[in-house]
Amino acid sequence: MSKITRRKFLAGSMAGGAAIAMAPTKKAFGANLEGFPDGMGVLVDMTRCVGCRSCEAACNKEQNLPEPDKSFDDYSVFDERPHGHYRRPTEKAYTVVNRYDPVDEQPVYRKIQCNHCNEPACLTSCFVNAYTKTPEGAVIYNDKVCVGCRNCMIACPFGIPAYSYSSAINPIIKKCIFCYDTRLKNGQTPACVEACPQQVMVFGKRKELIKIAHDRIRRSPVKYVDQVYGEKEVGGTGWLYLSGVPFQEAGFNISLPSEPIINNVKDFLAIVPMVLAIWPALFTGFHLLATKGKSHGHGDDHSHDGQEEH
Amino acid sequence: MKKLAANGIKPHDAEMKADGRKFSLMEKLLLGLTLDQYVQQVIRNKFNWLLALIFVVGIPLIIYRFIFGLGVVTHSSYDYPWGLFLGFGLFCMVPLSASGFMLGTTVEIFGRHDFEPIERLALLNGLLGYFFAVVYLLVDLGQPWRLAYPMVYSFGPAAVLFLVGWHVATYLSVQVAEVSTAFFEWIGFRRGYEFIRKGTIGLTVSGIILSTLHQGALGALFVYAPGKVHPLWYSASFQWIHFFVSSIPAGLCMVICVSTVVIYTMKWRCDQRFIDSLDRITISLAKGASMGLFTYLFIKLLAVAHDNEWAYLATGWGAWWLFEMFFGVILALIVLGVGIHHKSVALCRLGALITVLGILLNRLNTALIAFNWNLYPEIPHIFEVIISITIFAIYVTTYRFILNRLPILYQFKSRAEA
Repeated sequence: MSKITRRKFLAGSMAGGAAIAMAPTKKAFGANLEGFPDGMGVLVDMTRCVGCRSCEAACNKEQNLPEPDKSFDDYSVFDERPHGHYRRPTEKAYTVVNRYDPVDEQPVYRKIQCNHCNEPACLTSCFVNAYTKTPEGAVIYNDKVCVGCRNCMIACPFGIPAYSYSSAINPIIKKCIFCYDTRLKNGQTPACVEACPQQVMVFGKRKELIKIAHDRIRRSPVKYVDQVYGEKEVGGTGWLYLSGVPFQEAGFNISLPSEPIINNVKDFLAIVPMVLAIWPALFTGFHLLATKGKSHGHGDDHSHDGQEEH
Repeated sequence: MKKLAANGIKPHDAEMKADGRKFSLMEKLLLGLTLDQYVQQVIRNKFNWLLALIFVVGIPLIIYRFIFGLGVVTHSSYDYPWGLFLGFGLFCMVPLSASGFMLGTTVEIFGRHDFEPIERLALLNGLLGYFFAVVYLLVDLGQPWRLAYPMVYSFGPAAVLFLVGWHVATYLSVQVAEVSTAFFEWIGFRRGYEFIRKGTIGLTVSGIILSTLHQGALGALFVYAPGKVHPLWYSASFQWIHFFVSSIPAGLCMVICVSTVVIYTMKWRCDQRFIDSLDRITISLAKGASMGLFTYLFIKLLAVAHDNEWAYLATGWGAWWLFEMFFGVILALIVLGVGIHHKSVALCRLGALITVLGILLNRLNTALIAFNWNLYPEIPHIFEVIISITIFAIYVTTYRFILNRLPILYQFKSRAEA
């Protein structure tokens, strides 16, 4: 009996061991919520934006995107409501400006693009590691490894990544990459920031931008809402917003947690190694307890001669 | 086949013919019939006509999708990146295929050999469900030829999907090994059969591990989307355990449903052992399923209490959630309970059907209906629906092809017994 038992036990633990060997190794998350110390960001002051769409045009040119359906000086796009909602970035436009009309207030214009999170949900949800948060602060994407599962689109709390569904052989994720390849890498200002005639955006180190933002609020407490959107949302984002109206009135999602998205998944990730470690012994033990001393059934049979099913 | 049986023709079920000659592979494939007999019985069956009709429409559409891209068969939604292919194909097929590890555990680990007549059906149900979940995935992936990338080329080990990918792939091979015993018997490869049988315990235990984790992981995938999934269907702490626990009644009830279809439409293929024990086993499986369902009901309420979401119950979404719970869980529990109490196989089968529908509703709710609840509802493209139905039809066809041949519903008569 002891020999049989031992072999069965080994078989069980081997299977478990194999599973452990294949188990994903977990990175340490959340250790550094501030992100890279010298990560760059952009401060968007919405009180200055007049909705000229120059940034959209600059982005289109910089990223060699296809001709838009309506030209960039056509302001009827502000009245478009695809699916009953405001415009969002698409595979043809990495940034869009929307007009919001708060009650009893002037219209507010808001530029939307990838916010370049400190701990990006897209990155942590990607099973081929196609996303990288660069030390410069950009969240970039490698289309050479992307399988096209689109989990990043599920995970992104801002609804940014778009997908080129129309391509049959090489569909890829399309999103703002902070002009990483052409500009940020060399320390240059992103195209949209450079193109803005109103100095809506300030490009700089994220740490500095947060100071500037709070300075502006302190100096004009009546003009601004006392909040820097992106300072805390989902662990902090590279792009930060100042607003003259409550953020929800400019279409911002104000129900986002201040923890990074990955923190929600940690409960599950933590049980993975436990299941891998405990289950083999637990269930092999159950097997021994349940079958010991039973005279029939192939539980005993198959271990000696392979005959079964009497 | 019924007509043939009435004429005294018996399907192939043993290694040797009555005269002591071995069956050839061709004869095995034709179920021991002549080619004429085989073709005639295929044509006689009206169900085959329905399948043919689905294939005529659906298979060209699948080809169309691969030539022109996902954009032509879906709405190319940026807000609903996962449509029916994953919402139904992956998130519904996988829990309904939990039967393999459930029955494997019952028979092999707990030594309950009274469940043996249905073990192979449950294993096959698991294998095919997973295999076709992968088929759905291949249709949905933007670049399906890169499916193996997370295994061999570029690793994102911190992602839940990485775990799902690895575990489904590993578990598929485990299930292939488990079902291969039936194939080895059928083809007459005795040594392969014995080799696999020796590893049964190891295979079964790894099946439990992998199932626990990836059934749960499918739920954990939605934990990435707080705010997108409606709070009643979202639980950061419990999502994985909701998905895992509900997969238990799902898998058991799927076996009850499949065995019901089998006993009514393929009785000729079932041997006396299967036919005689099915009623008893159905009631036992129903007992297991109702325990699973009761636990599931409890932890679903626990999650609402934990996140203090009672206020949502008074909204329209709350009514929909209550419907899912009352129909898919509470009604199922009542029907199963009455069925078990009165030893009514028919009621147990009805309860199993309700459970399966309830699980489908839960998964579709999480993945599609209550997803983006504060945006707009997405109605899948008609081609997406047709392709999903077509793949399901291929699944049914494969299922039937294997059940007709391999010793799943009947015991193979080896040389000694013939």
